[in-house]
Amino acid sequence: MKKKWYDYLWIVSLTYLILGFFNILSAWLGLLCFFIPLIISVATGTKGYCNRYCGRGQLFGLLGGRFGLSRKKDIPGWMKSKWFRYGFLIFFFVMFFQMLWNTYLVFAGVREISQVVTLLWTFRLPWHWAYHGSLFPQGAVQFAFGFYSVMLTSTVLGFVTMILFKPRSWCVYCPMGTMTQLICKIRK
Amino acid sequence: MKTTTRKKKKAFVSTDVCVACGSCVKVCPMKAIEIRKGIMAEVSAEKCVGCGKCAVECPASVIEIREVEL
Repeated sequence: MKKKWYDYLWIVSLTYLILGFFNILSAWLGLLCFFIPLIISVATGTKGYCNRYCGRGQLFGLLGGRFGLSRKKDIPGWMKSKWFRYGFLIFFFVMFFQMLWNTYLVFAGVREISQVVTLLWTFRLPWHWAYHGSLFPQGAVQFAFGFYSVMLTSTVLGFVTMILFKPRSWCVYCPMGTMTQLICKIRK
Repeated sequence: MKTTTRKKKKAFVSTDVCVACGSCVKVCPMKAIEIRKGIMAEVSAEKCVGCGKCAVECPASVIEIREVEL
């Protein structure tokens, strides 16, 4: 099958992850992965983003498929149940709003900026080398650290399930995928 | 003359657990699958040749290849 331009968006996803190691402010670009799927699902009632443009899904497909990093076993039943998928969506949302709250505290000057990337909502990794000072408000920098934490955490989770199960296992419980599918169901 | 029933393989999607990610669409050599309204994958029984690529690819493993009598 002939490849289209959007079949190479995994390069963009990979670049995004790498850029975060050098300049944390690039994490802001990740908002595109939040807004584009939502806009597509609300405007057209399809999961066009997942189906075509999701670079992360492509990256897992490539690493797990062509690079053979996946066991290619069936995902456990509970992981594809509605309980888990919607539960994970809610959990993800709660953690996202907690991150926004921390950002707000820095914006409001209540709290000092913390130059760490929190992996799996628990492990605080030092990440100060990716911040070189900026003209933007401290809160905007804090958001970049927080948002990169979200992106890196979901990549790690997706990577682990890619190895254990099928390459694109992340797609089964991806909060954006669950949310856009929900929007499509409501819109129908 | 003896009448024989031909059996063919076709892909079937358990639609209630399909996440509509579209991985199956990408691997289908016959372009027999489409994602309907962002909710579930739908296989065209006419185009499907039962090769099973989609079933292997499906991250939720909700596609099954079954024999059908024609």
